[in-house]
Amino acid sequence: MEAKEIYARLERRFPGKVSGFRGEVSDPCLQVDGAAIVEVCRYLRDDPELDFHVLSDVTGLDLPKDNKLQVVYHLYSYSKRHQIVLKVDLPRETAHVSTVEGVWKAANWLEREVFDLFGVVFDGHSDLRRILLPEDWVGHPLRKDYVEQEEYDGISTQRAPLVEKLLR
Amino acid sequence: MKPLLNSLPETIFTTKVDALLNWGRASSQWYMLFGLACCAIELMQTGGPRADLDRFGCVPRATPRQSDLMIVAGTLTYKMAKRTRLLYDQMPDPKYVISMGSCSNCGGLFQLAYSVCKGVDKIVPVDVYVPGCPPRPEALTEGLLRIQEKMMRERWLVRPAASAAEPVGA
Amino acid sequence: MLFDFANVLVFTVLGAAFVGVNLLIGKFLRPSNPQIRKLSTYECGEPSSGSAWINFNVRFYIVALIFIIFEVEIAFIFPVATTFRRWIENGQGGFAFIEILLFVGILFLGLVYAWAKGDLEWIKKVKA
Repeated sequence: MEAKEIYARLERRFPGKVSGFRGEVSDPCLQVDGAAIVEVCRYLRDDPELDFHVLSDVTGLDLPKDNKLQVVYHLYSYSKRHQIVLKVDLPRETAHVSTVEGVWKAANWLEREVFDLFGVVFDGHSDLRRILLPEDWVGHPLRKDYVEQEEYDGISTQRAPLVEKLLR
Repeated sequence: MKPLLNSLPETIFTTKVDALLNWGRASSQWYMLFGLACCAIELMQTGGPRADLDRFGCVPRATPRQSDLMIVAGTLTYKMAKRTRLLYDQMPDPKYVISMGSCSNCGGLFQLAYSVCKGVDKIVPVDVYVPGCPPRPEALTEGLLRIQEKMMRERWLVRPAASAAEPVGA
Repeated sequence: MLFDFANVLVFTVLGAAFVGVNLLIGKFLRPSNPQIRKLSTYECGEPSSGSAWINFNVRFYIVALIFIIFEVEIAFIFPVATTFRRWIENGQGGFAFIEILLFVGILFLGLVYAWAKGDLEWIKKVKA
């Protein structure tokens, strides 16, 4: 199924909740309203002709110029051999979105990763804690305004002077 | 019944016993498999048949309790740093550390990263640095031979002079 | 007669002395640097949690048990083998042979039982 058709179906089913379809890129994507993401995902998984049974990835984007965080969901269907990308915009200060763990179990760790690196809180997640960084890490590194700590666990984070110049 | 270390005057007897002990230790460095990343592949191959480490008496041990050499091969992250220090502490004396590859020497390719420790010498005292990304088995073997030379220079039995520049048996 | 065993005594004393003296020399010559972290329990770099007294698979016990039984059997057959010639000279060769055959046979029945029960396989197939 073409991505345009998937978008058309979603528009029919959830009028006003989806928008911003971009079909000319290599991974066609569309914007979804944060409040409606769970029901959109459940429809995408359960509809027999769409059959998006696989959540490939959940990642994030930090767009400081538009002052928003974006959570990106990559879905794939092995039976129908099509894929789609959903994007959810969130305000930077209070980045909350419902978890899709109930739809795909894979979202458990993928959302933990987004929480760890961006600070996006997934409401309803069963076990939201850091997955890649140590438990007592301060800050969310992939945000553009992330400031590194001076030292962690007694180890200084200072780099060689030549390398410091390369840091933005 | 305290040990005789650092308590005897320097005589022909003590230097010969030192030489014997050092020769024994240098010829049987049991290294702890501490491969963290890509350098681990080269470490495994150095222990493999082509560039054999066993001919130097080096056998890989998985536990720090039975090893006297720790070859840190690979990128050290801050999360791993605590565990590395504990494993180093759990090795019995006398112990030595080889830092293999750029990542454990100085952070290497990932010095700009937030999660990478800029060199394993921030955590454990390193004896020999082996540069490379990853170092060839021949380079690691050279590093091992340098450690052998270092071991042969150690003085265990002799009472240290008042103005000793280098700590004895450190 | 007891003096025949003097060799054994000398061997035992020399063996024990060899080990003891070497350990003693080591005690004087090796560095001793006990520290709290060095003496802590090893658990792959993490501080240890939980008890080390865990249940292990009963297969190990079964294998060890069967080994011990047949090892002891071998140990019993050795003296028979060494004195068999004397028994044949005394004309009781047949009797001795039948007796040892009976001994091995009874234990062989035990082996057949263990074999049939599947205890010789590492993974025992249980009829569900």
